Amino acid sequence: MSAPLEIDSLRVRRAEREILRGVSFSVASRSLVALMGLSGSGKSTLLRSVAALEPFDGGTIRVSDVELKPGVRWPPRPDPLRERVGMVFQFHCLFEHLSALDNVCLAPCYVRREPPSDVRARALALLDQLGVGQRAAARPRELSGGEAQRVAIARALAMDPPLLLLDEPTASLDPARRRSLGESLAQLAASGRALLVTSHDDDFVRDFASEVLILADGEVVERGAPREVLNAPRHDATRTLLRGLAR
Amino acid sequence: MVVAVALAAGPVEAQSTPLRWGGDSEGGAPYIEADPQDPSRVQGFDVDIAELIAKELGRPAEFIQTAYASLDQSAARGDFDIALNGLEDTPARRATLAVTVPYYEFSEVLTVRAEDAQRFRSLEDLRGHRVATLGGTTAYELLLAAAREHGVVPISYDDDVHPYEDLLHARVDAVLLDNVIAERSMRRMPGLATQPEAIAVGHYVGILGPAQRQLRDRIDVILRAAMADGRLEAILRRWLVWNDRQPKLYERLAQGTYRAAPEVGESAGVVDSDSTGASRPSGQAMAWQYLPSLLSAAVTTLVLSCLSMAIAVGLGAVIATARVYGNRVLRALFTAYVEVIRGTPILLQLFVIYYGLASVVRLPAFIAALLGLGLNYAAYESEIYRGALLAVPRGQLEAARVLGLSNWQTLRLVRAPQAFRFALAPTTNDFVAMLKDSSLVSVLTVMELTKQTQIFATNLGSWVIPGALCAAMYLAMSLPLAQVARRLEARWSAPESL
Repeated sequence: MSAPLEIDSLRVRRAEREILRGVSFSVASRSLVALMGLSGSGKSTLLRSVAALEPFDGGTIRVSDVELKPGVRWPPRPDPLRERVGMVFQFHCLFEHLSALDNVCLAPCYVRREPPSDVRARALALLDQLGVGQRAAARPRELSGGEAQRVAIARALAMDPPLLLLDEPTASLDPARRRSLGESLAQLAASGRALLVTSHDDDFVRDFASEVLILADGEVVERGAPREVLNAPRHDATRTLLRGLAR
Repeated sequence: MVVAVALAAGPVEAQSTPLRWGGDSEGGAPYIEADPQDPSRVQGFDVDIAELIAKELGRPAEFIQTAYASLDQSAARGDFDIALNGLEDTPARRATLAVTVPYYEFSEVLTVRAEDAQRFRSLEDLRGHRVATLGGTTAYELLLAAAREHGVVPISYDDDVHPYEDLLHARVDAVLLDNVIAERSMRRMPGLATQPEAIAVGHYVGILGPAQRQLRDRIDVILRAAMADGRLEAILRRWLVWNDRQPKLYERLAQGTYRAAPEVGESAGVVDSDSTGASRPSGQAMAWQYLPSLLSAAVTTLVLSCLSMAIAVGLGAVIATARVYGNRVLRALFTAYVEVIRGTPILLQLFVIYYGLASVVRLPAFIAALLGLGLNYAAYESEIYRGALLAVPRGQLEAARVLGLSNWQTLRLVRAPQAFRFALAPTTNDFVAMLKDSSLVSVLTVMELTKQTQIFATNLGSWVIPGALCAAMYLAMSLPLAQVARRLEARWSAPESL
């Protein structure tokens, strides 16, 4: 049984600039891996490559049993990748014209073609589990940032992917809500999923991540248990990052 | 030189201000046509008569090109001194303008395809058949009367050439028009036959603004003199429109037995068209009389606009989708379509569809109008929808892609519904514009609201009541539409929806 995510020597080049220069790591089930790094260090590009939203130039990405190939701009449809990875965007990107519930139901109904009544029941349970069950009928624009974040997570989980990617999930939340979101994510990991999360929030990473990777200049410069890496940084880039966050 | 001629002619007072006279050279020979040798000049019997009058007044003649349908309004406004363009002596003109003595007696004659000459001898024979004429004329009034009496189907045209073309193309089965026009068309188009009996007779007059009675009286004197000394006959002979009706008319004029409207007309089986309005009701009563036909024209406008808009929205969506998602060939093809349609006048497009294609496919007028408006508006709608599709944020599309929706599902379930909201306001705007642009299809003989109003106004001799009714009907159609659009928009932007 392969890990939900294995990345080997991942390279991404955009117009002469090397954004990722041979990144390798894996994310196991029941783990929450945090990706940290200064803006422009390639965190988002890495997530987008795994979600096949952007092509990559070298190395391999293996999501469960699906291997992504370099240079592929338009993956095949239907794409087996889509049942194996879910993504939560930094700005949620909920479908503006649909209610929270319909956002969650859309993919199971139309991609998996499951019976709507089953999908609905499961979607409501998911929203409940994430603490936004009472907002099922609301439109995205009526939701707070935290609520929208949770609805977006429910939408990604509706396809039941083993791997979940989250881009800066705590960015727009106040400290109390960060904590509560962290607990929810840790719970998801504990229940068997693999989570890969980009973050600028060292408290969040310390408290909830099982592993942290520090990205600098397109390479992983440091990795390990969050408290060890963040409390006793060994690499200059990590120290620069933490100084920036402390300010 | 002009002054010298004027002095030599010895009029009472020599004036150098030109006699401005109005007419429409689109009507063509023998009335007024552009001189083939020098298209900046006009020629025709109306031109010769205008020049004769100007010469006698000691003024140079200056031609003012004016659309035929606007001649009455322009005369009343004073855009020119007199209009001469085969204008009929009608009660409405007598009521609202200064009218000269008649200078020509014409007969309304029935022209049919040569093979139908035995079958269709009179309006009675044409029950259930389409009979064409020029809108807003006595002939059209005669056809409306024949519609009530004999069940013919009157078809109104904006010009006097296309009725005969459509007769050849079997879009209509007969044309009722002045003998002058019928004879000209017979010369140009083989395969037509004109019945010898006149359906009615009428007279051409010059028209002047209501305050110009003094000038009118002087022109009457000039015309009567030209009748007496043969100069008018020479002009009419030159343009091959002289016949034995004319000396009889001159005689009646000389004896003072010419009966202008609204007196009762000739007997002997021939209706004098000058008297069709003999028992004219008042303006208000006329308005009530015209209300049903205005309402039915409004229904035509509404149905035509709705169906055309349906075509435009459907085709526009297809074009927009193809331009956003299609390959290079498809994109180039539809871009060319949009640019050609947007870059050429809709009137030209309507003419091409109805008349230009007539030798290939003979579309009924309503279908041609529907296609013309629909295809034209589709180009504009497609640009709205293309812009709306491109306005949907990329994040929405990526979210759909990550969830595994196909391109088609993404378009149908995510992109199009969101684009629709962006497009709603401009589409409503175009729908309102369509209601009014649909008036252009009257050139294809579709009797819609504006055309019906124009006919009404011509018969009434005033735009006030018809214009107000027409505006009220357009507003009654467009205001609810705007209301519906506002409600839809409000529903979508309201926070407490669903």
